[in-house]
Amino acid sequence: MDNQEIHKQEYNITVYTENQIGLLNRIAIIFTRRKINIDSLNTSPSEIESIHRFNIVINESEDVVRKLTRQIEKQVEVLKVYYHTNDDVIWQELALYKMSTDVIAEKVSVERLLRENGARAVVIRKDYTVFETTGHREETDNLIKILQPYGLIEFVRSARVAIIKNSKGFNSKLREFERLEPGEDVIENEYLNKGQKVFTM
Amino acid sequence: METQTIAQEVSEKTAEPAKSPTTEVSGSEALLEALIVEGVDTIFGYPGGAIMPIYDALYHYNDKLNHILVRHEQGATHAGQGYARTSGKVGVVFATSGPGATNLVTGLADAQIDSTPLVCITGQVFASLLGTDAFQETDVINITTPVTKWNYQVTDATEIPEVIAKAFYIAKSGRPGPVLIDITKNAQIQKFDFAGYEKCEHIRSYRPKPIVRPQYIKEAAGLINSAKKPFVLWGQGVILGSAEQEFKAFVEKSGIPSAWTVLGAGAIPTDHPLNVGMLGMHGNYGPNVLTNECDVLIAIGMRFDDRVTGRLDKYAKQAKVIHLDIDPAEIDKNVKSTVPVWGDCKETLPMLTALVDKKEHTEWHNKFKDYTRQEVEQVIHQELNPTTAEMTMGEVIKQLNEITKGEAVIVTDVGQHQMVACRYAQFNQTRSNVTSGGLGTMGFALPAAIGAKFGAQNRTVVAVIGDGGFQMTCQELGTIMQSGIDVKIVILNNRFLGMVRQWQELFNARRYSFVDIESPDFVALAAAYRIPGKRIDDRKDLPSALNEMLNNPGSFLLEVMVTKENNVFPMVPQGCSVAEIRLK
Repeated sequence: MDNQEIHKQEYNITVYTENQIGLLNRIAIIFTRRKINIDSLNTSPSEIESIHRFNIVINESEDVVRKLTRQIEKQVEVLKVYYHTNDDVIWQELALYKMSTDVIAEKVSVERLLRENGARAVVIRKDYTVFETTGHREETDNLIKILQPYGLIEFVRSARVAIIKNSKGFNSKLREFERLEPGEDVIENEYLNKGQKVFTM
Repeated sequence: METQTIAQEVSEKTAEPAKSPTTEVSGSEALLEALIVEGVDTIFGYPGGAIMPIYDALYHYNDKLNHILVRHEQGATHAGQGYARTSGKVGVVFATSGPGATNLVTGLADAQIDSTPLVCITGQVFASLLGTDAFQETDVINITTPVTKWNYQVTDATEIPEVIAKAFYIAKSGRPGPVLIDITKNAQIQKFDFAGYEKCEHIRSYRPKPIVRPQYIKEAAGLINSAKKPFVLWGQGVILGSAEQEFKAFVEKSGIPSAWTVLGAGAIPTDHPLNVGMLGMHGNYGPNVLTNECDVLIAIGMRFDDRVTGRLDKYAKQAKVIHLDIDPAEIDKNVKSTVPVWGDCKETLPMLTALVDKKEHTEWHNKFKDYTRQEVEQVIHQELNPTTAEMTMGEVIKQLNEITKGEAVIVTDVGQHQMVACRYAQFNQTRSNVTSGGLGTMGFALPAAIGAKFGAQNRTVVAVIGDGGFQMTCQELGTIMQSGIDVKIVILNNRFLGMVRQWQELFNARRYSFVDIESPDFVALAAAYRIPGKRIDDRKDLPSALNEMLNNPGSFLLEVMVTKENNVFPMVPQGCSVAEIRLK
């Protein structure tokens, strides 16, 4: 047990799935029933229509991660699962910072701030300005430290997205999957919120 | 409708291009048509508000689909499991929304952990009411997600043919499991153009059978051929894969002593010379001790459950492990394998058999025989031939087995009687031991026996149940009464929750905390359900009572009063190594 504790590190789990309602829950349960905290979870459409890509970050031993990977891959709607250490991937997080425009204009050398932190102004309005940076946690944290004294109004950070370094990509396999058997759209629940005149019995 | 199914009608129409190739049906009718094409003959269920359209449609299908009205939805799932376990087919269950659906959860969990193929159909409130806390609404999909292999909510009737096809395919393929389909009431009523039903044979993201890698088969055969003390552990995977013949061929050629998990029982007959007994907490002495002495351990279709392995860090550390399993997630999950053999054992076993040498391993077999002798002397002889005035569970099982010649399906509940039945019953046929393995569900046996009889109508089905478990689902006597099914019920009454009491005796200094259970007059209870019965407490009445039960044309309840404080031995105490198995 102690041995495993020592070998815990961040793992990036990449999951290719069908776009299916409820699948997020099925995947989340695999972690929660083992009492494993998900540090970061991103899910979005992949380069192939109807196939989604999850990026899940957890801090665990490789043995645990390997078993989790197999349990995730066992789910009917999961096409493929990979896991990698941070050394094996390139990753980014996106952060947005909302500041009072007046304060920024008066007190901060905006130009320097943007240049030194690789930041970008997304919106500049009379009442507020929104900056954006992308990078690793330390990098986006750094700008918080700088902006905090000037009254950071709101801050938000995205989940991690990661690209696997040593991989020719699942892209070609995905295209092959799609060619052999194109995905089908999940039928939307067209009855929801229609307020039709119905009785429960 | 009276003479042909809608599916037939559709196909006839399709044959004539002038006519439309579709027929307008309701979602409910489409569902029932789908079940017929899937070969379903029996449904276990209970109606209610949200599934009424399906039951209404069922009214016209009673010549093709036999519906068994259970007394509680949990009973429906266990009956479906019993049916699936004896027939090898998919068990089908209907239940309504809300409480009907939540009552399925125990059976789903049981089926999930024991890999039993089930398709459960639940009614759901109108889609327009979803999420409004409508009458009898529960979030069935989220409640059942951890206990199903797959589930899906249908809100539009047009989804039904495809979803039902997927449900059956997923439930029975690969490592089987339970599937739940929740159908909103509007989808059950909605009419749509039914273009016929096609079975599903492929899902893009689903690989039920891993690809067999011949190099691993070769490596495994190499290890087996060089082994001095090889040992086979087999589980239900052999039965689920219908690989009993392939398995027998493998053990007979390789000559390896083979032991079984509770759910693997009967895949080869109990008295087969290469069958050395049962594994696990209450398994046989030799197989447990020698697990820690073998040099090559060959696990086939079993998952190294903790009840089998005992303490993992002291489990078979000396052995090289070959693990054959259809579920890649099982390999290396509990026990690290030296050679993993992914695949369906019906495919992998013949490949392995072809490469292994013909051997006998006589000396190694003699070691098992030595341990068997010790176990017979210290445990088995006493249990089966007691000198006390009171009867033991073991002697009841032994006599039952002798009279049924090892041909009966024995359905057990959970507890001491279950372990005794597994230990002492002789199974001559596969699919004869129906029990709740992984979940250990008390209340399983009575409804499961009902299902088992429907799944194997030509076989004698005997439910062996403890006084505790019987009282968890005894309302299913009503189902037996109404369906007129022939299930023999043996209650082994020790007036205790025996297994818990055994643990309290051995590990809690005999502090018997709430294990003393009172029972009603079971024979009178059966009589209230018009089921004949008998209660015996004298050994001399046992043979005649068993014969009376078995010769009775219909169901019969036999209550046998057995000794109160008897323990099931051998036993691997919790947290101990399998080699530390105790004979007393």
